[in-house]
Amino acid sequence: MSQLLTWTALLPGAILLSSLVPGALIFLLKEESHLLRGVLNMAGAIIKLVLVVVLIWGVFLGGVFETRITIAPGLDLVLHADALSVLFVTLSTVLWLVTTIYAIGYLEHSPNRSRFFGFFSLCVSATVGIALAGNLLTFVIFYEILTLATYPLVAHRGTPDATRGAKIYLAYTMAGGVALLIGAVWLRSLTGPVDFVEGGVLATMPEALHPQLIAIFLFLLVGLGVKAALFPLHGWLPQSMVAPAPVSSLLHAVAVVKAGAFGIVRVVYDVYGVEFASQLGLLTILGVMASITIVYGSIMALSQDGLKKRLAYSTVSQVSYIALGASILGPIATIGGVVHLVHQGIMKITLFFCAGNYAETLGVHKVSEMDGVGRRMPWTTLAFTVGALGMIGIPPIAGFVSKWYLGLGAAEAGEHWVLLILAASTLLNAGYFLPILYKAWFREPPKSWPQEHVFDSRFETMGALLWPPLITAALCLIAGLLAAAPFSPLEWATLIARREYAP
Amino acid sequence: MTTDSLILPIALPLLGALLTTALPRIAPLLGVIAATLTALSGLWLTGQVWGGDALNIVLGGWGLPLGIGVAADGLSASLLAMSSLVGLGISVYAVGYFAGSDRGLHFWPLWLLLWTALNGVFLAADLFNLYVMLELLGLSAAALGALTGSREAVAANLRYLLVGLLGSMSYLLGVALIYTAYGTLDISLLSERIEPSALAATSVVLMTAGLALKAALFPLHFWLPPAHANAPAPVSAALSALVVKAAFYLILRLWTDLFANITTTGAAFILGALGAGAILWGSWRALRAERLKLLAAYSTVAQIGYLFLFFPLLQAMPPGPARDDLFAACVLMAVTHGFAKAGFFLAAGLVQKNAGHDRIDELGGAAQSMPATTFSIALAGSALIGLPPSGSFIAKWVMMRGAFETGQWWWLIVIVTGTLLAAAYIFRVLSRAFGQEPTPRCFVTDARAEIPALLLALSSVALLGLAAGPIWSLLGFEGVQT
Amino acid sequence: MTAAFLYGGAGILLFALGLWSLLVHEPLLRKLIALNIMGAGVFHVFIAVAHRGDGTPPDPVPHALVLTGIVVAVSATALALALHNRLEQDASDSAQSTSTSTAGLLSGLSISPQSDIIRHE
Repeated sequence: MSQLLTWTALLPGAILLSSLVPGALIFLLKEESHLLRGVLNMAGAIIKLVLVVVLIWGVFLGGVFETRITIAPGLDLVLHADALSVLFVTLSTVLWLVTTIYAIGYLEHSPNRSRFFGFFSLCVSATVGIALAGNLLTFVIFYEILTLATYPLVAHRGTPDATRGAKIYLAYTMAGGVALLIGAVWLRSLTGPVDFVEGGVLATMPEALHPQLIAIFLFLLVGLGVKAALFPLHGWLPQSMVAPAPVSSLLHAVAVVKAGAFGIVRVVYDVYGVEFASQLGLLTILGVMASITIVYGSIMALSQDGLKKRLAYSTVSQVSYIALGASILGPIATIGGVVHLVHQGIMKITLFFCAGNYAETLGVHKVSEMDGVGRRMPWTTLAFTVGALGMIGIPPIAGFVSKWYLGLGAAEAGEHWVLLILAASTLLNAGYFLPILYKAWFREPPKSWPQEHVFDSRFETMGALLWPPLITAALCLIAGLLAAAPFSPLEWATLIARREYAP
Repeated sequence: MTTDSLILPIALPLLGALLTTALPRIAPLLGVIAATLTALSGLWLTGQVWGGDALNIVLGGWGLPLGIGVAADGLSASLLAMSSLVGLGISVYAVGYFAGSDRGLHFWPLWLLLWTALNGVFLAADLFNLYVMLELLGLSAAALGALTGSREAVAANLRYLLVGLLGSMSYLLGVALIYTAYGTLDISLLSERIEPSALAATSVVLMTAGLALKAALFPLHFWLPPAHANAPAPVSAALSALVVKAAFYLILRLWTDLFANITTTGAAFILGALGAGAILWGSWRALRAERLKLLAAYSTVAQIGYLFLFFPLLQAMPPGPARDDLFAACVLMAVTHGFAKAGFFLAAGLVQKNAGHDRIDELGGAAQSMPATTFSIALAGSALIGLPPSGSFIAKWVMMRGAFETGQWWWLIVIVTGTLLAAAYIFRVLSRAFGQEPTPRCFVTDARAEIPALLLALSSVALLGLAAGPIWSLLGFEGVQT
Repeated sequence: MTAAFLYGGAGILLFALGLWSLLVHEPLLRKLIALNIMGAGVFHVFIAVAHRGDGTPPDPVPHALVLTGIVVAVSATALALALHNRLEQDASDSAQSTSTSTAGLLSGLSISPQSDIIRHE
């Protein structure tokens, strides 16, 4: 308890609190306090961003940032910033800021905003907690809080559909949470507190325990696989698309699914150690599950007419690239998987923002209604195009970089079948995104849109709705074009890989 | 002064009970003052135990065994702290709840009497005084439970009274047998003298059975749901959160302290198995319950089950830090449930008042119009499920670890099933709060009633989940690093 | 020894009889009497324990315990009767609204059909 309270020991905690405190205050606000709520939201997001910039710089220089609270003897809540956590924290923080702007615009005039933004901040706090978790106990705690805090957002609209989607979401994530808990406690009972250490901690375990370690990995994988939407645990994700667009964007493209994928990366690299995991044969299991999910998600996406549903299945498929990268032994594949954590996030959030704009401005919810939307909403469609081409893997957009490194890593590791998966997935991605782009740009627009709102705005839609996708689309381009620049996601992923494979 | 203060948590509420009887017109005022003083004295005593050693005193100028022995150690102090904070919350809530109703007149003396008995159970140092306090607890609890005067309430609490009497008779016979064999009733003296014999075994069985009946351990729980569900909200909270804990506390005390030499793995397994039955049956019935308060009552049956799962683990675990962790986790579980269930019942009472009924399927509007109350139910509910960061999550984590470490993996199946069932019944309630009814304008609508419920629920989550360390310190397990 | 043993044994027998009666008989009053018999049994055991052989004065502690126990038992019985009375009144109130009832002073103590109400939820 009597640790030296230096700023390095406080920073991870402060980053967590910068969204938790505004969230708690927002609950208490009156419904009509728009201004105060906006100020609290934005202040929290901006303070968090500033703190994270400090953290990036500190971790880059090799500093140790750790907030440790002893819950009870032997049970520590640890927030520890290493290179991997910084990557995820930065992603969530930047996208939280953008999504907050979007959400304020999107939810204007809709009821229960205090509740919405309160839980929204809670979700971001939980995500940051997952990113910064320094041991397995802390990870489990924030992982479950994320489940809880997301439920009200999925159920937010209160329609029977929303209630049903929320129920399905809860059933999956609760069951997954329990599996994760069993795995975590089991591991704890074998090894003592499980701290995340770059390079893993289990390689020295006696051989007699190896069967148990394999069983534990399976429990952890099921628990994490639910949120990461690994097939056959993905069923909740398409159902949760009933949530409002900002929720789909941030939570189901970034926070929740990434929490699962990030957890898989953590378990493989920082608990088992990638060499040890490969030795136990665990990487093969992971690789096969990821590959099946990639192909399955893409095939399902082909036949979806609902735009958000198609994006959701695309998420199912794309998030598994991260797990695929983790399942290939070798630093280059690691870079490809880890960098996709960021790249998929910015690309998918762009697509979801755009889908929200079409729905909000024109009432367009389905792919079949998208004829000519490019002429009515050129800027939104431009952002959508960038995101979609990135997903397919067209250079110079971010997605290309991920696929390139994944392919290169697989070839280097001698896992040539992965190239086939990547090729198949690219074709399928093109198969479900290019028709949308074609319809949007080259078909004639209909005489009237399903439900058009004319905003009092100089732009094609409300400013708060237009800027976020443009910003994130720009990020997709920058991340791809300037991939070799210092502090780009790719450079940071390289730093992570270097540290994970350090002797 | 330090040892004399041991008597305050018993004397102050008793004095309050007398004064509120004598001066009914200002009973709420007197009641809140007495409650505040009682809570403060309880917390002060907890602080004393934390800072120093176990305390004890013999009252009445007689030596033991005739004098009334009072003692406080870490276990009693933990539960005393719980009864102090929860009791205070219930008292503040009750002022608003009973405002403008005659029932309040009877509530205050009985409630303070119940509190007296409760603290008496936690602090009594010999087996016979425990009997007296248990009886007083049972009597005041049954009288309080019947306060609404409705047929269901009176009938349920009459049954509760008879069951309680049966339980205490069984306990008392055990005490008589103990006295026959060892000639003393002082717990600390007995724990040194006692050794395995047929007589000792019989008295363990009699006392445990009697107390299990009072603690509503499955399948002896049948009396609890109607009694707890039909009482006024503050009374339900006190019954479910505190009163059953008194009987559980005694079983824990007897098994780990008094009878530590003579309990066997098989006997502990039976308690665990009954606990498992309670978890599964209670959770299932809670899921099927149509009324919110009945749901909460069945949830108590299930939660009591979790507490009994600790017995086989404690029995199998060799002394050492791991066993200390288990013991502390057991206390943490009991205390967390105290806070969570009190918060849940108080909030449920507000919903019931607002809606005029507590049928879960029709609660949508009421739940949505009272965000703070619904939020309390959500917080308390997450503690009942055992989700982080609640105290029961930490307790379950340690309990599951103990199950792995002692090789008793079958309890995991029970814990996991119970957790999922609890999630199902809690979210069955919470899903009603996301309807399309009109939006409330602000978070808190009725501060005096909503804040105690919210604070109690919040404590079960944030306080006990993130800072459970004090329980370890109180029990003297500080510095254990596993 | 034998006298004490007999006395104590009789106490346990009483306890068992009371328990049997409590579990088997429905009417509240019989249940209450059964409980009091169980109590008397326990008190007998205590009194038997107090005997410390001829010539030595008996152990005063069990005597004190029995006295306390009797007080507790009386108050418990009183409360049970009061609650029962309340139920009876309710029952006769609702009965009176349909027909003239002869609920008298003793209605609370009679073994009426209503006393199976404790099974009612």
